[in-house]
Amino acid sequence: MSIDTSIGGGKTKFPATRLSAVILTHSADEKERTRAFSTLIATYWKPIYKYVRIKWRKGNEDAKDLTQGFFAKALEKGYFDAYDPAKARFRTFLRLCVDGYVANENKAAGRIKRGGEATILSLDFEGAEQELLGDHAAAEASMDSFFDQEWVRSLFTLAVEHLAADLAGKGKQKHFELFLRYDIQAQGTEETLTYDQLAREFSLSVTDVTNYLAVARREFRTIVLDQLQSLTATEEEFRSEAKALLGVDL
Amino acid sequence: MHNVPTAAVEHLRAVLDAPDLSGTKYRLVHRIATGGMGSVYLVEDTSLDRKVALKIITTPVSSGNLAARLIQEARIVARLEHPGIVPIHDVGTLVDGRVFYTMKYVQGRRLDEYTRQYRSLQNLLRLFQKICEAVAFAHANGVVHRDLKPENIMVGSFGEVLVMDWGVAKVLTESEPPPPASPEQRAGDTTGTQQGTILGTPAYMSPEQARGDLAALSDRTDIYALGAILYFLLTGRAPFDGGSSHEIREKVLREPPPQPRLFDPKIPRPLEAMALKAMAKDPAGRYPGIAQLSSDVVRHLDGQTVSAYRETLLERVDRWVEKNRFLIFLIVAYLLMRVFTFLTMGR
Repeated sequence: MSIDTSIGGGKTKFPATRLSAVILTHSADEKERTRAFSTLIATYWKPIYKYVRIKWRKGNEDAKDLTQGFFAKALEKGYFDAYDPAKARFRTFLRLCVDGYVANENKAAGRIKRGGEATILSLDFEGAEQELLGDHAAAEASMDSFFDQEWVRSLFTLAVEHLAADLAGKGKQKHFELFLRYDIQAQGTEETLTYDQLAREFSLSVTDVTNYLAVARREFRTIVLDQLQSLTATEEEFRSEAKALLGVDL
Repeated sequence: MHNVPTAAVEHLRAVLDAPDLSGTKYRLVHRIATGGMGSVYLVEDTSLDRKVALKIITTPVSSGNLAARLIQEARIVARLEHPGIVPIHDVGTLVDGRVFYTMKYVQGRRLDEYTRQYRSLQNLLRLFQKICEAVAFAHANGVVHRDLKPENIMVGSFGEVLVMDWGVAKVLTESEPPPPASPEQRAGDTTGTQQGTILGTPAYMSPEQARGDLAALSDRTDIYALGAILYFLLTGRAPFDGGSSHEIREKVLREPPPQPRLFDPKIPRPLEAMALKAMAKDPAGRYPGIAQLSSDVVRHLDGQTVSAYRETLLERVDRWVEKNRFLIFLIVAYLLMRVFTFLTMGR
């Protein structure tokens, strides 16, 4: 488990319906628009923060400011109004917006520090750019997948939180504990956990372990798909994202 | 907050798409393959402590006809107890209402993959003979496969051959479940079986299938596909390829397949003739049964004439020489020895 600083707010709120938050950011109703932004922020702040840290090589505090600043500016200036689902996935559009925003902020900071846009030294920017070009292209490709990977992680992390609350509300804490133990904590460790071991650990039969895990996964899948639907603009984008994320045909 | 580590993300992505096996005696191991109609998973049968393959339809239960077809597939295969046909163990329904069946887990390679490594013609013809035997057994039991192709044939680690995927098979004496809702359920085509509906895989599909002429489907439909498989074994390629499914179907209907010897002049003419005879556009022009096709394969392997090809005198002599090479060597050696002896004695 990681300890996060307070960026992103407190307990995450989840959309009660399957209305697309992406669409609702254009809503005329301010409350609806703010709620839609909250949904997007909940899912995207961490991938954006990490992306800014890695791609733009920003320090912790700068990345926090830029992440918060980006969302504030997006809400104020209506960045997302320009999104066209026919042209790209929302995720891709968002990342390009972040790049534009950070680039502008860098430029502004440069103006402040160096006295505007006046050229002081004759530097070989073109040559330097050429030197960087090869690495830059490679880094760009890997940053795409880095952002995607962080987005999936963020989506799943929120879904796990939601699942915990959901199953607790139904008196199925043990289902969640099993899910957490087997599907989250035991993954990627040296430990090879079997259903038999889990059954002993939780004083259940192996069949119960199978069934409890199946229930938790089923709930988790529903939550993930619900979230996904709220984060996509069109049915087509939703289906395509669901296929890419979980391999499911909906 | 439970920050999900990368390994858990990958694990969850894999298991969330997996069938919910709760309430069954099976435990998921991993997915083996996904086709147009369903997915096949490797699962563990916990009561018998063995691994089996579980096939499940991938679409929701609302398309009940697909479920009916899966059950029909299981029943058809269950009645075909043959070493060349994968045995069915169990049929059931999952908690989400999807139908599944379990079958023997075949460890081996698909025929198309196998042939990339093993190109010995003798070996491939022996495999082909085994395929013929399995399909002939099904025909003897009134079942037509209707989707024979290299991808549906497994070659086991001991050279055993198993004919798989009887999803569009038909019992010639029974009516069938209605076709699926979607017109594109299977490999770009359909599993539907109403008149005018297209069954099978274009590259190995008979003209009557390409036309959707269900009334004309018979055991000779499988003979056409066996001819196409023989063609593949000889040339390493499907008889018709390139372009869209529609274009391939048009070729199946209107064009003769390219002569196999165009791709490799070393292909024996009798084998070329056998493949082309089995693939005749008119079912009446094909082998009347698999026994005749299989017999031709055996005769060719034994160095005899085959029914599909009339040899010239020169070819007959050539084949006789090829078959009796050792005897000819002995005779020539004997004659040379006699000549040598005669010359030596004459001195």
